[in-house]
Amino acid sequence: MSKEKVYAVQNLSTPSRCVTFDENICDGCNICIQHCQMDVLHPNPVKGKPPIVLYPDECWYGGCCVKECPKGREGAIRLNWPLMLTMRWKDKKTGEHYRFRMKNPPPPNPRLPSGGWRPHSEYFKPEK
Amino acid sequence: MPVKKESSEKGAGLIEWQYPVKYGVAKEVITDVLVLGGGLAGLSAAMGAAKKGMKVALVEKGCISHAGCGGAGIDHWHEATTNPASKVSPEEYTQATIEALGRYNCGIGQYIACRESYDTLLELEKLGMKIRDSEDEFKGAPFRDEKTKFIFAYDYKNSYCITIWGTGMKGALGRGCRELGVEIFERVNAQSLLTEGGKQGGRVVGAIGLNVRTGELIIFRAKATIICTSGETRLWYFSSEQRSIYTNQKPGQIAGEGWTAAWRVGAEFSLFEKSVPLNTGGLAGVDMVPFSGGFWDAEWRACTMVDATGKEIPWFDRDGNPITGVTQRNMPAAGQKFFLPNLFAHPRGISPADKEVLRKYAEPYQMKGMHKRIANGELVPPLYADLPSMPEPERRVVFGLHIGEEGKTKIFYRYLTAAGFDPDKHMLEFNPVAMLPRARTFGFNSGGLVPDWNLRTNLEGLYAAGASLLSGGGAAYSCCTGQYAGRKAAEYAASAAEPVVDRKQLDREKERIYAPIRRKSGIDWKEFNLGINKVMQVYCGDIRNEESLKVGLKWLDELKEQEVTQVYARNPHELGRALESLNLVNMAEMVIHASLARKASSAWLNFFRSDCPKVDPPEWRKWITTKLDGDKVKVGELPIDYWGELKKNYEAHCGL
Repeated sequence: MSKEKVYAVQNLSTPSRCVTFDENICDGCNICIQHCQMDVLHPNPVKGKPPIVLYPDECWYGGCCVKECPKGREGAIRLNWPLMLTMRWKDKKTGEHYRFRMKNPPPPNPRLPSGGWRPHSEYFKPEK
Repeated sequence: MPVKKESSEKGAGLIEWQYPVKYGVAKEVITDVLVLGGGLAGLSAAMGAAKKGMKVALVEKGCISHAGCGGAGIDHWHEATTNPASKVSPEEYTQATIEALGRYNCGIGQYIACRESYDTLLELEKLGMKIRDSEDEFKGAPFRDEKTKFIFAYDYKNSYCITIWGTGMKGALGRGCRELGVEIFERVNAQSLLTEGGKQGGRVVGAIGLNVRTGELIIFRAKATIICTSGETRLWYFSSEQRSIYTNQKPGQIAGEGWTAAWRVGAEFSLFEKSVPLNTGGLAGVDMVPFSGGFWDAEWRACTMVDATGKEIPWFDRDGNPITGVTQRNMPAAGQKFFLPNLFAHPRGISPADKEVLRKYAEPYQMKGMHKRIANGELVPPLYADLPSMPEPERRVVFGLHIGEEGKTKIFYRYLTAAGFDPDKHMLEFNPVAMLPRARTFGFNSGGLVPDWNLRTNLEGLYAAGASLLSGGGAAYSCCTGQYAGRKAAEYAASAAEPVVDRKQLDREKERIYAPIRRKSGIDWKEFNLGINKVMQVYCGDIRNEESLKVGLKWLDELKEQEVTQVYARNPHELGRALESLNLVNMAEMVIHASLARKASSAWLNFFRSDCPKVDPPEWRKWITTKLDGDKVKVGELPIDYWGELKKNYEAHCGL
């Protein structure tokens, strides 16, 4: 058996991991905190580190944090839909079933939505 | 003050609150016009007032880039009856929506929206929002006007609803506010309205806001105040696990605090007896795609749907004649001038005469009785959106524009396509689901502040716009009534006396606002919120009765005596949430009193009283109003068409 320490951890209400950060990509700029409607995120006391997900069960899954993140496309921050509400679909021709984040997913679909990915905050910048 | 680090990381400990804590500090802001709420209505109201040269301050408890019901995005711009392609006049459209809602639709806001919707849209275009298919992505599609490059939703023939790239709307309005010099206060939760002499029913002279990061108070002194907040998201039902099902568009902090603040100072409301069963299945009893995936009847309209065996679910016109072809699903029936979108909430139990009125405007529909057909084996669940079978422009406009621009669907599109979903090949799963027992919600066209033709409430100095208005709501509606209320509040402020706030009222409100942080233990805001939910579910649910409603009031009083004095908060964030939940007591009272006052059942309002079982008796087709008078509730009434002649009154008051 491993000698890893065991902790008594407070029982959190779910969902408890609405967003996760990749510490190697996120530089702690905190722009996501500015755009979170529900103030789910809190600045990390250690400068340069990702925000702390302080109130995960208040998240409304709007994805504002991901959309506004300057390194969102590189994967600095990720929104995690609760498993209970995962999206499922099937291939019309083959009848094969899929779900969001499965082990062997189909290849990504590169098509952009009509109008592209423009974040809301771009409009706030003064005209060039 | 140390707080517990609530994250799922192993061994999480306590961290220091990272914002400076300034409990008790009060800053004063003096302005001409104060706007409460930074959603579509709020930003528009601020612009409307600022264009008239007023000094404007706007308060938002989140951040304006995404705040409000339409904050994440919008795909449909309704009521664009004056666009060059529209074949319906503002008068016709307003009349139709009034009739189709059993006359429980306030004509003032509705007509303002119809008159100003298109011009407001052009203004948004100037501010940078995309409203036309200028890249010709949808060239030749049956829903596109080749001249203007507008693309239309719902009734293609009559072209009154424009599909827009509305994720740019908050940005465009934000830019409009910035250019006009509106002063914006984010993360400030407007808690209470201030009145002249601190008196209920007196002129409104500003508001108190609480900064939910620092705990600092801001006292706004304003000549005129406009309420632009939205309503209930957690009065009957509150579940963090399932939240996004029922707040598809509204984040949970939309808790109706603008209303409860107005209620306490004596503003007049109507229609709070109306609510609908909380249907996790969205509008047609078909589940919206979990978390952010849009409505079957709006964003996914008119996608082909098949069951698990591949059987296609047929479409019919309003008279039950089968429809062939995808385009026909968005065309009026033979002999019908136009149809209205989203008449989905066909009330059960309406009279034959009312049914005939609904038929006049009914839209093409998919086969009814989904649940029964599944039970008898005719359909096999789950159901699928058969995107691959759709013509390319129809497929793309559903998945790529509606899904992409409406509400939270942009992030949905991003993750779903990254996970491999391809609408050319794949069919997305939908589930027919039941309603949650006893859980209810206000729904569309529900209660609100009673306006006059100036969008003023019964209180001097207090105006309202957007979803805070009686039977109000929707993106175009909110932007149009916002600008209108902004203009009218500015007109008033231009000659109004200096606002003087009452010290005693300030002290009282300060005491109330900070009470939860003075407690070290007690009841957590979530437990309190759920306690209110239970009272509403049991005593003010599907079937109401004078006796049970009164018992409900008794339990609310008990909550006020006991638990209200025990709710605690450990930091400014928790304080904000605690106040939201505490204010729900007032909203619960508003609903129960409104329910007591209407002594007749109504199918249109989804309001059933077992002690007054007669449904929609003609003498009750009127607005029942409620307001606080001291600590008693004063009930009044207004004729159902109290606004008089629409065109004449609009033109006399609009200020354009």
